[in-house]
Amino acid sequence: MKLPALNFDKKPTEMNRRDFLKSGGAVATLTLAPGVTLMAFGGDAEAQADPGKRWGLLIDVNKCAKDCNACVSACSTENGWGQEGHGDKGAQWIRKVDLKDKATGRESSLPMMCQHCENPPCVDVCPTNASFKRPDGIVLVDKHKCIGCRYCMMACPYKARSFIHEDVTDQKAHAPRGKGTVESCTLCVHRVDTGGTPACVEACSATGHGAMMFGDLNDPDSEISKALDNYPSVALRDDLGLNPGVRYSNL
Amino acid sequence: MERTIYREIKATPQILQLAALLGLFILAAAASILYVEHHGHIVTGMNNEIVWGLPHVFAIFLIVAASGALNVASIASVFGKTPYKPMARLSGLLALSLLAGGLAVLVLDLGRPDRLIVAMTTYNFKSIFAWNILLYNGFFVIVGAYLYVQMARSMPYSVIRVAGTVAFLWRLVLTTGTGSIFGWLVARSAYDAAVMAPLFIVMSFSFGLAVFILVLSLITRLTDRSLGPKLIARMGRLLGIFAGLVLYFTAVQHLTNLYAAEHGSVEAFILRDGGIYTQLFWVGQVIIGGLIPIALVFHPTGGAKPASTIVASALVIAGGFSQLYVILIGGQAFPLEIFPGFDVSSSFSDGVVNAYSPSYLELLLGLGGVALALAITGFGMMVLRILPTNLSDANVGQS
Repeated sequence: MKLPALNFDKKPTEMNRRDFLKSGGAVATLTLAPGVTLMAFGGDAEAQADPGKRWGLLIDVNKCAKDCNACVSACSTENGWGQEGHGDKGAQWIRKVDLKDKATGRESSLPMMCQHCENPPCVDVCPTNASFKRPDGIVLVDKHKCIGCRYCMMACPYKARSFIHEDVTDQKAHAPRGKGTVESCTLCVHRVDTGGTPACVEACSATGHGAMMFGDLNDPDSEISKALDNYPSVALRDDLGLNPGVRYSNL
Repeated sequence: MERTIYREIKATPQILQLAALLGLFILAAAASILYVEHHGHIVTGMNNEIVWGLPHVFAIFLIVAASGALNVASIASVFGKTPYKPMARLSGLLALSLLAGGLAVLVLDLGRPDRLIVAMTTYNFKSIFAWNILLYNGFFVIVGAYLYVQMARSMPYSVIRVAGTVAFLWRLVLTTGTGSIFGWLVARSAYDAAVMAPLFIVMSFSFGLAVFILVLSLITRLTDRSLGPKLIARMGRLLGIFAGLVLYFTAVQHLTNLYAAEHGSVEAFILRDGGIYTQLFWVGQVIIGGLIPIALVFHPTGGAKPASTIVASALVIAGGFSQLYVILIGGQAFPLEIFPGFDVSSSFSDGVVNAYSPSYLELLLGLGGVALALAITGFGMMVLRILPTNLSDANVGQS
């Protein structure tokens, strides 16, 4: 297989061709155009995960404004999806869901994305291990193992995954995509691995709403753990026992 | 009763015309595959809600029918029924051909069919899909061996019986696996039921026998070989029992769901409010695919006529496609219940019944799979001694 030189838009870590090859076959490559190559999530993404951590999100539904779409726009820009624009055939890594309580009529709004389950059904059903969970709890798709069977989309209770129905252009080096494969929220793994915060959380914070909190669920001193200790929150479809890493309060 | 003689079928003009027709369907499917591969699934009716569409209905029908087509051989070798013995070779060949046709459709609808090698070499043993890949491959090997021992000279019956028993057990496991693709989907209220596995097994009995009866009737007619009306009627009555079993397991499936309040809405969707899915369920599956064929084959006078069994077989197949369409597409059309107690809306079709209009590309792929299965069966009969020269009632015995 031809391995063209790497050309990252942003370089999470400095890596030359020799280092790249040394990192082993676990890091697969995808040629976009001559000289432009993407890393697929594989052994490299997994190798950077800290097994002592469990990354998660806490979403305060009371603080989420119905007409605000900042988290969705930020994710789309950060990860390069959403340009296809074909209604039910376009990808949506994150979406806003508007809710109305049938009993009380109370309205609310919240962002939905991959819930990064501890026991992810998508990983269980994937025949080729393309769907996988990192030791730090982030659930990803290895785009070079995905055969596009879509069984994970049948299995996900949260409708978190999208199938790429057509050729995609203008991809980001840190978020490889490919026609005929399945993709979903990566919890901005490329940011998290370099000490950053997911783009949606950053954007939500920038609007002043502050409805999204990111952090390590395993660290009792983290802001997110303290908030979960102090206020009631729920996991969506808790009946399934999947223990998602994304929690909602004031739902 | 004379010794059963098996002869290759000859390439008569009629057979060649049929082969040409099948070839056209296969070519059309190939064109459809190339078109979808080039443009992506954007050109199909499938979307992020209905992720498995019409190709999967065809593929699963063929795969389920494949294991059922082996019935006739099992009845002969495992249960020792003499009249079925001359048909056992065709039963094995048809089983292999149907599986090949079904798998071709399934694989060629993948987002990345070029990565089949990944699926063949990387297994997640927690995935029932991965287990199915092993079960399908095993079916080819076991049924292939079973066919070989049936056709080998002076092979002792005990060997054939052992091979037939292994094949019979394997096909039960295989169809359990196919049903469990849906039965083990905990996320969706239309699936997630243990009854899916036995339901798929009785569906395979029914659909597979119906396909076998039609193929046998057609090929004996085209080759001027006799086929006893009593033999056909006997298979028809068996088909009637299988069709009844499908209705029984379907009733258990829905009654169990109806009892649980949490499944009330999905049941109301399939049984009452689902539009095309409700119609396909009651008219397609229950009436056309169940009640009418049962009435036809058990009719006191008409049931003995070969035409009744042949029409019943065609109706069972139509009902089978309806049933699989309702299970597959209907089950996905019903929205996921992520927020019980809330009305929901979003840009990603949350809370709404998902629409699906299959494209002709998907239909061509599915029909191509059927044509491929029939073409392989026909080719097998041309080059191997599969089909007996005489299946008259006098010649096959009645025990």
